[in-house]
Amino acid sequence: MNDIIEKNLGLMLVLILLAVSFGGIIEIIPLMSQKVVTEPIKGLKPLTPLQLEGRDIYIREGCNVCHSQMIRPLRSEVERYGHYTVAGELVYNHPFLWGSKRTGPDLARVGGLYSDDWHRAHLYDPRSVVPESNMPGFPWLFESAIDLEVLPLKLAALQTLGVPYTDEDIVNATVGIEDKTEADAVVSYLQQLGLIIKERR
Amino acid sequence: MSEVVSIFVTVGVLAALLAFFLLLQMNRKVNNEGKPTGHKYDGIEELDNPLPAWWYWVFVASIIYGLGYLAYYPGLGNFAGLSGWTSVGQLEEDEQNADERYGPMFAKYMNTPIAELSTLPAANKMGQRIFASNCTVCHGATAKGGFGFPNLTDGEWIWGNDDEQLKSTILNGRMAVMPPWGEVLGDKGVAEVSEYVLQLAGRTDADPALAAEGEKHFGTYCAVCHGPQAKGQTMFGAPNLTNERWLYGNSRLNIQDTVRNGRSGQMPAFEQKLGPEKAHIVAAYVRSLQPGSAK
Repeated sequence: MNDIIEKNLGLMLVLILLAVSFGGIIEIIPLMSQKVVTEPIKGLKPLTPLQLEGRDIYIREGCNVCHSQMIRPLRSEVERYGHYTVAGELVYNHPFLWGSKRTGPDLARVGGLYSDDWHRAHLYDPRSVVPESNMPGFPWLFESAIDLEVLPLKLAALQTLGVPYTDEDIVNATVGIEDKTEADAVVSYLQQLGLIIKERR
Repeated sequence: MSEVVSIFVTVGVLAALLAFFLLLQMNRKVNNEGKPTGHKYDGIEELDNPLPAWWYWVFVASIIYGLGYLAYYPGLGNFAGLSGWTSVGQLEEDEQNADERYGPMFAKYMNTPIAELSTLPAANKMGQRIFASNCTVCHGATAKGGFGFPNLTDGEWIWGNDDEQLKSTILNGRMAVMPPWGEVLGDKGVAEVSEYVLQLAGRTDADPALAAEGEKHFGTYCAVCHGPQAKGQTMFGAPNLTNERWLYGNSRLNIQDTVRNGRSGQMPAFEQKLGPEKAHIVAAYVRSLQPGSAK
């Protein structure tokens, strides 16, 4: 049998796929059937259009490369960042932004921790407020307007993925935010992170 | 997870372990010691010898270890494991241990008035660390503040300095609202009020004629919050304007900007982050930073 498998690349490929997917099925299927993973926690709302734009700029500028958004259930982390992250908070995240590296601090519950003014000063020039910071500045965000044409399409795309935006939300996506800059969008995204679970641990 | 999925996972995991074991046994029974596998290249031949005994037993031990692990920890569907271990349970245990260890320390300090606590070196050392982790991002490592972020070492208290006011600032945060006056006053009015504010602070470069005009506007618009003597009111977080301490810069342009466009400083609430005990200790630390304090 060894001989046959060894000499038939196609057959070996099929058998390897079979072995790997067996493990995958056992590990992944149970998660899909768990309500704690698939159902939003009470009070969870989809991002507003401005926050969504902020999230996309967050991804574009690679913030998630240095900042995680996932507080693990360990005492040291809970002490520093607040209540550990639960799956139900993240069901509207497409894609999720857990990250895997903390050059900067975790941002899962940074919402409301600093004032808007602080965030603006810090985004423009981090060392103006935190002298020892090694975060790069993002001054161009303050000069670029947000992309109003694509924004409704982003909402529509997320709607197809199951995020509960109404058709009305999509039509009115850009109402009231016509003159916002990219910096406004990022600050508004950051200020809502992790606000739903308020209890201190 | 549902019963069906749970059974599927349990059976799948155990069947895989059984399959590993059977495969191992099947290979062991074949005795091909010294026989060639037919792989021969460059004069080197591969023999079909059985697995060395130590290797076989490592496999057997791994399978037994796996079974033991699955019995002790959660892994087989809905079966919680004999230990009942959960990651949240472990966190709660760690937190309970920490509470037992540090709780009495915090409780002791909690019952010490802030004024007394601010003279205790041990408490201030704790306060300094809490300050460094939470407050320095805005107020700076030396607590001297910056543009828009108050200096905490100058004895100036925008929101009041009694124990309750200080703790309320830390726990509940503060929202300062200086409205924009540009449209009400016009460019000329803004210039006049700014000269008067400079004069109030004792600056010799203030234009007296403009300042005299500015004083009239001040009485109408500014005195409501900053007080008729411009000494400020902690109730509104309106700063004292009669000294040379400036939260938003001390140049003529800075002051005109403040009058024209207003300011909205915000201190975030730290109740969720710190809790009352740590807020009490950090309040005492801030008190210890004041000029003339015992420290």
